[in-house]
Amino acid sequence: MKTLFYVLQKEFIQVKRNKVMLRMIIMIPIMQMLVLVFAATYDLKNVNVFLVDQDLSSTSRKLASKIDASPFFTINNTSFNPEDGENEILNNRDDMVLVIPKGFERNLMREDKASLQLLVNAIDGQSAQIGYSYAASVIGGFNKNIIADWKGLPEFKPPYQINTVSRFWYNSELEYKWYMAPGVLALLVTLIGLNLSSTSLVKEKEDGTIEQLNVTPIRKIQFLAGKLIPFIVIALFDLSFGLFLARMVFNLPIVGNLGLVFGFGVLYLIGILGLGLFISTVADTQQQVMFVTFFFMMIFILMSGIFTPVESMPQWAQTIDQINPVYHFMRVLRMVVLKGSHFGDLIHEFVALCILGVTFLTLALKRYRKTA
Amino acid sequence: MNEKVIEVHNLVKKFGSFVANDHLNFDVYKGEIFGFLGANGAGKTTAMKILCGLSAPTSGDVKVAGFDIYKETEKVKRNIGYMSQKFSLYEDLTIAENIRFFSGIYGISPKDRKAKQEILLKNLDIESAKDSLVGSLPLGWKQKLAFSVAIFHDPKIVFLDEPTGGVDPITRRKFWDLIYEASDRGITVFVTTHYMDEAEYCNRVSIMSEGRIEALDTTENLKKQYAAKNMDEVFLKIARNTE
Amino acid sequence: MKQFIGFLRKEFLHIFRDPRTMIIIFGIPVVQLMLFGKVISTDIQNAKIAILDQSHDNITRKITSKLLSSGYFVLGEELLPGEDVESVFRQGKVKMVVTFGPEFEYNLERDGKADVQLLADASDPNTARILTNYASGIISDYVKKEKLQNIQLPDQINVEVRMLYNEGLKSVYMFVPGIMAMILMLISSMMTSISISKEKELGTMEVLLASPLKPIQIVLGKVTPYLLLSFINALTIILLGVFVFGVPIKGSFFLLMGESFLFILMALSLGILISTVAPNQMVAMFISLLGLMLPTILLSGFIFPIQNMPLPLRIVSNILPPRWFIVIIRNIMLKGTGIMYIWKETMVLIFMSFTFIALSIKNFKIRLE
Repeated sequence: MKTLFYVLQKEFIQVKRNKVMLRMIIMIPIMQMLVLVFAATYDLKNVNVFLVDQDLSSTSRKLASKIDASPFFTINNTSFNPEDGENEILNNRDDMVLVIPKGFERNLMREDKASLQLLVNAIDGQSAQIGYSYAASVIGGFNKNIIADWKGLPEFKPPYQINTVSRFWYNSELEYKWYMAPGVLALLVTLIGLNLSSTSLVKEKEDGTIEQLNVTPIRKIQFLAGKLIPFIVIALFDLSFGLFLARMVFNLPIVGNLGLVFGFGVLYLIGILGLGLFISTVADTQQQVMFVTFFFMMIFILMSGIFTPVESMPQWAQTIDQINPVYHFMRVLRMVVLKGSHFGDLIHEFVALCILGVTFLTLALKRYRKTA
Repeated sequence: MNEKVIEVHNLVKKFGSFVANDHLNFDVYKGEIFGFLGANGAGKTTAMKILCGLSAPTSGDVKVAGFDIYKETEKVKRNIGYMSQKFSLYEDLTIAENIRFFSGIYGISPKDRKAKQEILLKNLDIESAKDSLVGSLPLGWKQKLAFSVAIFHDPKIVFLDEPTGGVDPITRRKFWDLIYEASDRGITVFVTTHYMDEAEYCNRVSIMSEGRIEALDTTENLKKQYAAKNMDEVFLKIARNTE
Repeated sequence: MKQFIGFLRKEFLHIFRDPRTMIIIFGIPVVQLMLFGKVISTDIQNAKIAILDQSHDNITRKITSKLLSSGYFVLGEELLPGEDVESVFRQGKVKMVVTFGPEFEYNLERDGKADVQLLADASDPNTARILTNYASGIISDYVKKEKLQNIQLPDQINVEVRMLYNEGLKSVYMFVPGIMAMILMLISSMMTSISISKEKELGTMEVLLASPLKPIQIVLGKVTPYLLLSFINALTIILLGVFVFGVPIKGSFFLLMGESFLFILMALSLGILISTVAPNQMVAMFISLLGLMLPTILLSGFIFPIQNMPLPLRIVSNILPPRWFIVIIRNIMLKGTGIMYIWKETMVLIFMSFTFIALSIKNFKIRLE
């Protein structure tokens, strides 16, 4: 126990002296919270619309101004020729072309039916879909209004009508930043913990100090604890710093129990740092550690569901995700912070993280030998 | 001078098909300065790492400080000190912090540590540098410090792996003063080197070549046996014989 | 010249002998493509929903089966009236709960009106929005088809939509150009800068400088293998994209290769610049990883559209070379445009290359003096 005290004391002094490390501990959370959360958004803004109004009727003008007035769309340019619009898309100046064909108003009044064309740049399928559904709902709203205006009816009532009422729980404004922020926190904790602990171990290899330690009676577990505990503390500090930033900058609601967040944080960190230590016991240089962790982290993070829903992945990939610690931790953070899930709701994640933690730590302990 | 602190019988170490140590046999007695000589790649460092418990032998019986190297590795480690070729104190810790950390591992009480630390600093004449980072010290100081830290917990044996690489002869001479002091305190010194002038300072030397011990005796006896003026000549003659 | 060829051979051997480097070079692109092409996707399907049906009549059953056969939804849980919806969400078992009130069919037949409630777990707002849109679309579609067959609706505006360049809305169309930009940055800039600064750190650079090789030859020798590897990689990515994931090359293949070559040159000169600034490998690695990789992934439009970002980030994105390259590749591969439509982006890349080379030469000279 006393030995552990000296080991920890030494590790903390080393962290304190390492200016690069200190800067990372402070800068990375700020960078990630301010850049990543703002950058990683599917919230649609600034869709540039090219308008081709061949009808030039009062209805078509009303529709155009309705679209322009919506916060998502800006009518950037107009022309009578749809090809000009397509050309603008080719030039990346506009994202969408709205064609109101000749006879639009007349058809609508006489035949009760009229068509519009919407050309959407769909290279980014996701944005295209969202943009289209917004446009369709603006047009739908417009449609209801004109029916009311023209027919003098309060609103047309079909004989059968099923109203769908959507209610958005936990985030009624559909604020995407609230979803990203806990995800980014998970990322933050992972990057900080993993990088700092694994480079710190491999640095001892490069400097030869590990050999000096290996001839002392220090126990493996004491040495590894020295590499774990300080970085868990730092990562937890960054977790609270990140939560604080998210609260201040995005007004992130923290519904659940913070104790649960940090409890799971410790459990997760033990596992992920164990993995980092395992990698660094296998590698010889800091460069190798960086490359190997980069490679695995890339896969872990992309599959964790931070940017894309896990349910959309093929079944086999979802099965593999069970051994992805980032996936479980990301789920836990989002569930607790946004929905206030209790421990009872998180048994599956708890068990998974325990198993992964024990496995990684055992691997690191087994692989680290006090021999050269 | 007849208590054996290191006993080696038929020590073999193989890396694949390469034999790094081929049936080594020797004993080291308490308090002596034992020189372990040989050209680069002769297998000195390999053998030393086995004695320190850093690497397991392929076969053979080895006892260090009375403990079996296979079964009682951790007890061995408690009773030895080690200084490697590469400077291996923490450069980003101060002198005092390094001492505190290593004494902590060996379980030295803070009271003892402070008393011994004062003597150490006075001895090396670096009291003023107590709180400077080790990384900022000149190489000669670093080596003396590393040696002093290696024997800080009063081990029975201290292993020195080419301790004086890269320093000038005067600094080397001063370093050997420290070794003699330690030897006077009853610490056995096991030192590898390829400087033949340093071999002259040893009580007994063994000379290794291609994994085998070719000669082992006091320096006087070896010089007589090979009819040589100095150890350098002894070494060259042995090297020629094995070719 | 002979010396130069010998030097070049040594550089190639360095790279090919290190299996770890080879894994980075050839493993990462393949894994990335597989991940983006086959594994992760923004397309929503098989989302788990719960049904809370207090009526259990013909219509609610039909609507339920419509929802579940659409491919978007699978039944995760059947809730009984009075059961706690909140706890289902809290456990994260389902993404949406569809609630039918009691006497649904009776209400619909008598009053012509009935309500379906869609409760969505909006902790993932994007998914919540898409799921509710899908569900209400399916439901209104059902009403139109089954109940309103013979009724003419007044004044209907029908929106015909054409999804240009990517009718199937496949996400891999978007990712192939992004991955290409990222991998070329990784290999050309990061690997080059690390390999040169390693030589500096080990002191072997001085040996080289003292040799009869001219400095320009040394730099060329360092850079040529990576140029070749990057080019092979660009080809691999394009071939995988085309033959495995069905991404088309609508424009000119040669233009595509030419632009890739330009981008590689730019990235290599950036790598050289980094190595003139960085004192050791570690710093070179940090600059590359934090300064290049993260911005390339996040701010270049690779995953998230630039136009949705706040203004400061949009401004920053302009100084990132991949941002321009991604536009170029998308234009050539997916839209099939020629140089007329991308000359601006091309000029930006050319300008950047010259700037990086000029800066490197300046830094290099200062160091020699």
